[in-house]
Amino acid sequence: MTDIAQQASGQIIAKAPARRDIGIRRRYAAERRFRLYGVAAITFGLVFLFLLLWSVLSKGYTAFQQTELTLPITFSQEIIDPNNKRETDPQVLQTANYPVLVRNALAEKLGVASSNRAALRQVSGLFSDSARVELRDMVMSDPSIIGKTLPVTVLASANIDSAFKGQFDMTVDEASRKVSDQQVAWMDQLAKEGVLAKGFNTGLFVNGNSSRPEAAGLGVALIGSLYLMGIVLVLSLPIGVAASIYLEEFAPKNRLTDLIEVNINNLAAVPSIVYGLLGLAVFINFAGLPRSAPLVGGLVLTLMTLPTIIIATRAALRAVPPSIRAAALGLGASKMQTTFHHVLPLAMPGILTGTIIGLAHALGETAPLLLIGMVAFVANVPATPLDPSTALPVQIYMWANEAERAFVERTSGAIIVLLAFLVIMNLGAILLRRRFERRW
Amino acid sequence: MSTTLLLAILLVIAAVAFVLGRMRAGALSQGRSSALHSRPNYYGAFVALAAFLPSLILVAVWLTISPFVINSAVRDTFPQEVKNQSEAQQSLAHGMVTTIARGLPFLTEEEIAGIRQDPSTLQSVFAARRFAVAAEAQPYMLDSAATLNAMSQTSRTTLSALALLLSIVGAFFALRMVAPRFRARNQVERVMLWSLLLASSIAILTTVGIVASMATEALRFFTMVPAHEFFFGTVWDPRFAGAGASSSGQFGLIPLLAGTLYIGFVAMLVAVPVGLFAAIYMAEYASPRMRSTAKPLLEVLAGIPTIVYGFFALVTVGPFLRDISAQLSGLVTGDYTSFIEAQSVITAGIVMGIMLIPYVSSLSDDIITAVPRALRDGSLGLGATRSETIKRVILPAALPGIVGALLMTASRAIGETMIVVLAAGVAARMQLNPFEPMTTVTVKIVNQLTGDLEFTSPQTLVAFALGITLFCITLALNIYALYIVRKYREQYE
Repeated sequence: MTDIAQQASGQIIAKAPARRDIGIRRRYAAERRFRLYGVAAITFGLVFLFLLLWSVLSKGYTAFQQTELTLPITFSQEIIDPNNKRETDPQVLQTANYPVLVRNALAEKLGVASSNRAALRQVSGLFSDSARVELRDMVMSDPSIIGKTLPVTVLASANIDSAFKGQFDMTVDEASRKVSDQQVAWMDQLAKEGVLAKGFNTGLFVNGNSSRPEAAGLGVALIGSLYLMGIVLVLSLPIGVAASIYLEEFAPKNRLTDLIEVNINNLAAVPSIVYGLLGLAVFINFAGLPRSAPLVGGLVLTLMTLPTIIIATRAALRAVPPSIRAAALGLGASKMQTTFHHVLPLAMPGILTGTIIGLAHALGETAPLLLIGMVAFVANVPATPLDPSTALPVQIYMWANEAERAFVERTSGAIIVLLAFLVIMNLGAILLRRRFERRW
Repeated sequence: MSTTLLLAILLVIAAVAFVLGRMRAGALSQGRSSALHSRPNYYGAFVALAAFLPSLILVAVWLTISPFVINSAVRDTFPQEVKNQSEAQQSLAHGMVTTIARGLPFLTEEEIAGIRQDPSTLQSVFAARRFAVAAEAQPYMLDSAATLNAMSQTSRTTLSALALLLSIVGAFFALRMVAPRFRARNQVERVMLWSLLLASSIAILTTVGIVASMATEALRFFTMVPAHEFFFGTVWDPRFAGAGASSSGQFGLIPLLAGTLYIGFVAMLVAVPVGLFAAIYMAEYASPRMRSTAKPLLEVLAGIPTIVYGFFALVTVGPFLRDISAQLSGLVTGDYTSFIEAQSVITAGIVMGIMLIPYVSSLSDDIITAVPRALRDGSLGLGATRSETIKRVILPAALPGIVGALLMTASRAIGETMIVVLAAGVAARMQLNPFEPMTTVTVKIVNQLTGDLEFTSPQTLVAFALGITLFCITLALNIYALYIVRKYREQYE
């Protein structure tokens, strides 16, 4: 059978007249090339996506661990309060030289003589200056520990932290390196004795901002972003849904509704920085709300997110089939009842999906927040939305402008936190859509 | 009482009114719900609205107007020689009076008496209570502050009393109106409709707010710096705000605009070919499986915040370009100095281009798939290859739409802020070398408005002039793009 077929086809080819040369080979080559361009374009985009994520992740994953020193520290009276005046003068405990306590404890552990000043200075470089605040708070809350010896955990300095994580090139000449050979030797010794170890970096999520990278954290920024998202959600969801319901279900076709529609489409394309200028001029300058407050940021982001939510909500409302409305109206429901009792619940999954995507967009927005002053150095957690605060992306911007190497790690860590939130929100939106979306 | 407490009480009254209205409707119907025009809940809602809405409007109006009334009354208490001074000095005095008024309730009787005898001690007494008073107080200020406090106290009490009265009266009359034939639902629905309309007019209010706020501030700027010097000036050198009145600086828009357009051009150079080819491949060649994985992955690029792109440009792309240019020049000339700076037009342009890829590709994808099947089939049926069909039939048919999409993308490139703030540099100069830093309109808006500011100097106000320029450019691009896209869509419907 196959033989016959082959024979037959062979005969046909043999008999066919010579075809006109229409450049088929050339045209097919062009076709292949064209396809290749398409593949190359997609690959280019994906490669850069990968590079971007890899660059952030590889620089930032170490930020979630922090090198710490755990050692017994003697709260000696001679250093904290040499003249024994703390009963009469509360300033003594405030201003005592606490880092010396840590230095002495470390020096004792490492066997450095207390007369060797150069070596002592090097010992001081091992731990973070944030130990001052930590020990002060311990003593202030319980002055009876003066004179006792307690195990305390203090942060290692940023340079030791980087060195311990292997981020420094140790082949570089000692003079142009941030850590000396002596310090590295001590570091190894302490690590062997279990004094120096890496632990989970809780401070990154709890602390406020700090000029010392090892003590700087996202605490204020996370709370600030939380306030922002809360305000945006509370304001933009009801307003956005109400506006879309009006435009989609009730609006007569006239100049006013046309104007509103054109406006919404244009507002969706206005650069975000313009919203920042609006917030600065209207909310701060005219209405007199405080600068740097999450309330103002939330209002600005609400105005920015509204068009996105309105567009998504209108699409969701439009997807509800007219038969639902006709059935409800036919049973005697009023137009308002039809909309709120039947159409809106059916459109809810779509509306929520659009809202989450809008919120995710607002969470990553930086430029308008810079203009309304949320770029301030804030070390204390804001108690209300009217207190000065920062936000996650703004904190990233501020750290990105810091020169120290350890801040690159912190910045990347903060970006990972931001991206994690975005991934969670978008996954939530996708799941919501998968779970509840109905096809009519 | 405070506004929050007042609103809370009004809400409680409204809740009580709702329950009363419902109960009254229920009592009137005597168990037969068909005797009522509306469901009992609507009667409750009607009474609650009558209790709450008028007093809410009263509170809003009162709180907007009363500060102006009080302020002018306080200024009336100023002695004649202060009133004769300039407006700026009067507002300075007024600011001090407000601060003193805020501090007064915290002082003891003796302290106030002490200040009355010797006003120069005011500053130190206030400082002890952590109120910073800017300058030495005048004797009259204490009286003015007392007037201010008394007036705002009266205003608050009156407002509370009026609002509560209005709320109770409203609820009472609404309750009287409840009757079986009363159309409560229609009334409630009318209020709902109005609130829906109000919500949708916020879009218009936002636009009006943007234009009005920026225009007024920009006009103030143009009274200090002539408009032609701003729009046609070629030097950007704003100096510092406090440098003295004589050196007001130069505010030339042209170098910033040049930088914006240049960086946008480089970005489009990256984004347009890549985005277009990606869209064509996805729309015409890709299998459904590939499409369903590659398309969302590319769109992840659009979901990444721009600050992340900025950081990527700052710490990865910029240094990489600098190092590779050093190696290149070393290979060619033997001199290992880089000719690309870490912050440069090309760094910002490339990274912004990557950010724009998904915009170009998803917009063009929609437009390409909207080209009718018949055009495609006709071309393929005549023996054209697929790429020939795309190049000669589909792209020409989709061209207007694609141009619209590209214009929208360009407006995004012009308005982009965080990437250029971190990667383009701050040097405002006009040059053609893409390897050197240039700056953009958005960068300068951020620069002029971060840090301490006062809204009287041209250094701050110029940001609004820049902002309104940016707004107009992007608005024009978008309106034109929407026009093209809409016209194109009609063509195939």
